[in-house]
Amino acid sequence: MKAEAVQPERISVPAGTRPISGLGRSTQTFIIDVVVWAGLLVGSIIFILPFFWMVSSSFKEFGGLFNFPPTFIPSTWQWTNYLEIWRRLPFHLFFRNSFFVSSLETAGVLFTSSLAGYAFARLRFRHRDTIFLIYLSTMMVPFAVRMIPLFVLMRTFQWVDQLQALIIPGMFSAWGTFLMRQFMLTIPRELEDAGLIDGASFFQIYYRIILPLTGPALATLGIFTFMDSWNAFLWPLIIISSLDKKTISLGMAAFRGMTAMRTPWHLVMAASVVSVLPIMVLFLVGQKYYVRGIVTTGLKG
Amino acid sequence: MAAKLSGLQRKEELAGYLFILPNLIGFLVFLVFPILAAVYLTFTEWELSSAPEFAGLANFRAMIGDDIFLKAFGNTFYYAFVAVPTGVFLAFVVALGVNRPMRGVFAFRLIYFLPHVTLTVAAAIVWAWIYHPEFGIINYLLSLIGIQGPNWLFNSKSAMPALIIMSNWKGVGYAMLIFLAGLQGVPAELYEAAVMDGANGWYRLVKITIPMLSPTTFFVLTTSFIGAFQGFDQFYIMTNGGPSFATTTLVLHIFNNGFRYFKMGYASSMAFVLFLCILCITLIQWTSARTWVHGFTQD
Repeated sequence: MKAEAVQPERISVPAGTRPISGLGRSTQTFIIDVVVWAGLLVGSIIFILPFFWMVSSSFKEFGGLFNFPPTFIPSTWQWTNYLEIWRRLPFHLFFRNSFFVSSLETAGVLFTSSLAGYAFARLRFRHRDTIFLIYLSTMMVPFAVRMIPLFVLMRTFQWVDQLQALIIPGMFSAWGTFLMRQFMLTIPRELEDAGLIDGASFFQIYYRIILPLTGPALATLGIFTFMDSWNAFLWPLIIISSLDKKTISLGMAAFRGMTAMRTPWHLVMAASVVSVLPIMVLFLVGQKYYVRGIVTTGLKG
Repeated sequence: MAAKLSGLQRKEELAGYLFILPNLIGFLVFLVFPILAAVYLTFTEWELSSAPEFAGLANFRAMIGDDIFLKAFGNTFYYAFVAVPTGVFLAFVVALGVNRPMRGVFAFRLIYFLPHVTLTVAAAIVWAWIYHPEFGIINYLLSLIGIQGPNWLFNSKSAMPALIIMSNWKGVGYAMLIFLAGLQGVPAELYEAAVMDGANGWYRLVKITIPMLSPTTFFVLTTSFIGAFQGFDQFYIMTNGGPSFATTTLVLHIFNNGFRYFKMGYASSMAFVLFLCILCITLIQWTSARTWVHGFTQD
């Protein structure tokens, strides 16, 4: 399948149907539209309800959580919940760690994937296709298979409870390499031939010609990697134990865990709001590349 | 291979290796080596303190006698085979809806997609509060229509459905977006021709949209199954496998054995079984694809 760069926003499928006798076609389309619209509205209310519930709980007083019937509008708005969470746990450290880990991991993936992607797409060298096939086959193996030996490896490196254990193993992505190769294959060769005739080195061609043209694919891979890394839970849970090295996911889990018996849900919800915001903002900013990435990877499969 | 390469070819070959080198080193160390080591550990008994001991197939025999493993195995299939079909169906229906050229579909797309970009751990915690038996919002809403809601996460019958609902809330938007992309790939002429022939909306859905979308459906199904078989985050946060192991997934059981009881060999063999499950499901889907996926070729 070929995924053209058409955005889903521009999808338009003729919505007209055969007219019911007595009704014009546009009237019938209108009726169907109204029914579908109502259905979508009900669905989206259900989908957005958890967000409302999270935000409204985050402003309540502890006692206000247990009112019956529950209310969506807090009776008193307790803004201080958002300050209180910082007193309970060092959320700024969690954010700093997550940001540090996700940025470096993303930079690493972009670097290694674009270099190797170029080689797999353009250069001829022995065993190239075999090596690429091995890359592809590892994509099938679930992380659960690797996590135990990987942990043992981290132990021998003495990286357990160190942030580099979250960063460095994640810098090498078979999926990213695949994505880069596929994208670079679509770049016309003529552009490089001119460079080769002029005596440019392969690195110059990669750096001056290919890389600038790969921008959209790099943006897509970058956003996906950053979000996955930000969202990661299982591997950080295995590696990190010190409070000051926890990422935001681990910090959230710790916050919930330390209050398991009598959970201060208003504070936990305030922390949830805070933890959810950065990645949502990133998505809204990079929406175009994110959607394009889904479209491309979704249909190239 | 030819013994002699020209100067340019040799240069290209060297460049090729240099370009993949940074990637290849990491790939070998952090991907290939752990996979091979896992295969070896599968046949050993190892508690980290001493060297691994070769144990043959003992780990696999232990699995058959491990009630929690069998339970986790069943739970994982239950979760995957309920969550994936319902989720894919919902995503398809929503995609059909938000694909119509109507006012406000942008907002709808965004709302359905938003759960996908929330932090999974935070979403799981929010849902634990939503499912609170006395003060959660779900049971309150159910009470309005005269239904007494279950003790969602603390009842072994309702815990898994609760997790399936949460997971679909989180995942439907992503599949919806892929379906939406697939819908745009269906040539408009097909619909135009059908309308000329007097085909009604249902006929066009069944005879054009669904068959033309089958490659997308195939992709969504296979990737969703692979993901569902590896469920961990929300299970760990919301129930930690309980009550009485009703929501223990394979990955959670592997995690517990590996990192709480330090049975590294046993955990590795269970991970190997998980891999075989995923492989089988994927192969079955690929083989069956020929019969229902439009334009499917195995090359």
